[in-house]
Amino acid sequence: MKDASVNAATPAAFDVERIRDEFPVLNTTMRGKPLVYLDSAVSAQKPRRVIETLRNFYEKEYANIHRGVYELSERATARYEAARETARRFLNAASTREIVFVRGTTEAINLVAATHGRANLEKGDEILISAMEHHSNIVPWQLLCEERGLALRVAPIDDRGELIVEEFEKCLSPRTRIVALVHVSNALGTINPVRELTRQAHRCGAVVLLDGAQAAPHLPIDVRDLDCDFYAFSSHKVFGPTGVGVLYARESLLEALPPYQSGGEMIESVSFEKSTYRDIPERFEAGTPNIAGTIGLGAALDWMTELGHDAIATHEAELLAHATAALEAIPEVRLIGTARHKAGVLSFVLEGVHPHDAGTILDHEGIAVRVGHHCAQPVMERFGVPATIRASLSVYNTREDVDALVAGIAQVLRVFRG
Amino acid sequence: MSDLRSLYQELILDHGKSPRNFGKLADANRRASGNNPLCGDKLTLYLRVEDDVVRDVRFEGSGCAISTASASMLTQAIKGRTTQAVAALFDRFHALVTGGESTSGADAPELGKLEVFAGVREFPVRVKCATLVWHTLVHALEHDGGEVTTE
Repeated sequence: MKDASVNAATPAAFDVERIRDEFPVLNTTMRGKPLVYLDSAVSAQKPRRVIETLRNFYEKEYANIHRGVYELSERATARYEAARETARRFLNAASTREIVFVRGTTEAINLVAATHGRANLEKGDEILISAMEHHSNIVPWQLLCEERGLALRVAPIDDRGELIVEEFEKCLSPRTRIVALVHVSNALGTINPVRELTRQAHRCGAVVLLDGAQAAPHLPIDVRDLDCDFYAFSSHKVFGPTGVGVLYARESLLEALPPYQSGGEMIESVSFEKSTYRDIPERFEAGTPNIAGTIGLGAALDWMTELGHDAIATHEAELLAHATAALEAIPEVRLIGTARHKAGVLSFVLEGVHPHDAGTILDHEGIAVRVGHHCAQPVMERFGVPATIRASLSVYNTREDVDALVAGIAQVLRVFRG
Repeated sequence: MSDLRSLYQELILDHGKSPRNFGKLADANRRASGNNPLCGDKLTLYLRVEDDVVRDVRFEGSGCAISTASASMLTQAIKGRTTQAVAALFDRFHALVTGGESTSGADAPELGKLEVFAGVREFPVRVKCATLVWHTLVHALEHDGGEVTTE
């Protein structure tokens, strides 16, 4: 009995092989070699739990939601709303009324720009972003600025790829109405001190949107602790299906927003003279949503929660340290993004080899990495490179994956240096 | 490895590392830029065309080994040719890298050294790298100025 109680208090050892077994694709081969998937920052692979949830739902429980009087539709509706509760728990939001299902992070940001932005900002107001934003957290604000005569300000980053906090403070002004920041940079891996930055932005009276697309797969997220006003992430990066994402919005703000897209599902009553709209969050979910995808997202978030954010973070930190040391030992490698507080992203260039050529040769070894500008062209410009090679780590990656990458880089250098 | 070597042949690696006819052309009378936003290849092609003949051609920019080598070898292949012959050459080159059929006649110029790009057809995502400079060339000859993009 004594032994059992000791075991219960000790967290189960992290078994990466057991986790890999849950991802069927990781047992496949590419170009005749075992797949080494180092591109989870673009999109994560899917565990059996998610795949089977989709299959079960379509086989046994599928119907449209929020409208059928029959049992099948009631069940589908219950599953869909259960996913909303799961997402609420995942973000530690106060209420499911604050959880809006969208197509992904991009749509979430567009929704905020189109509703909160249009309703509250006027000529001369300012929007503040950082120099490490993904295009999806730049372009929606640029469009809004053009439309409304607003100014877009950009807080700079240093040579390590860290936001310069003092410069960020200087960019804030009484005219700053929205601060939109990436929680974890997709191109650099930098983890931003978003709690502190949010506090500063609030002191100026701005609302804060955090782009959590790269944070949600790696870090525990607590929107109440962060005190942000909006938080966005995508299902496909947290091991869920594509085409669905979550926008968290503070209830008092969301209630005040005009509709985004309009049509079915989001209305209370319609006549040709005047229509009235449903309460939040349904007001922002026009049309039949991605029902199965949303339920699959719920399964993915449950899977992550069972695994535990601490276990995920510990494994990834160990891998990142191993990978960073291994890459730094290669003289031709220049790491882009060396922030002190970093998630599992290794962006780098190889002396004398264009990233695209490196990507083709790595692919030949069965190694999937991303090459290009990572939808962050201003970041590439900041570091004076046209593109980088990016290996991104996830919970299912191993030291052997990293070692395969190192061997792959040696192969690249052999081809190019003879 | 064998088809990798067919893509990265010595000649391609050589032109990728040390591109020929690299730089601006002071007395150019045709110019166009090419952009492959997917991988960050950017190049500008300068031509001096007189009496329908490409008298001189140079290029500048940055890109992967395939796109740089393709641009470098294009400059060597088209110098001194009529614009009609250049168009026929592009047709042959395009067929070579995509594995398609060339529609140009028997009197079209031979590809010669450009045959080295045959390995590209095994790598569909790299076809755009090899053809970027050729699309840019067509644009320069037909429109002069402006930019072509692969996306």
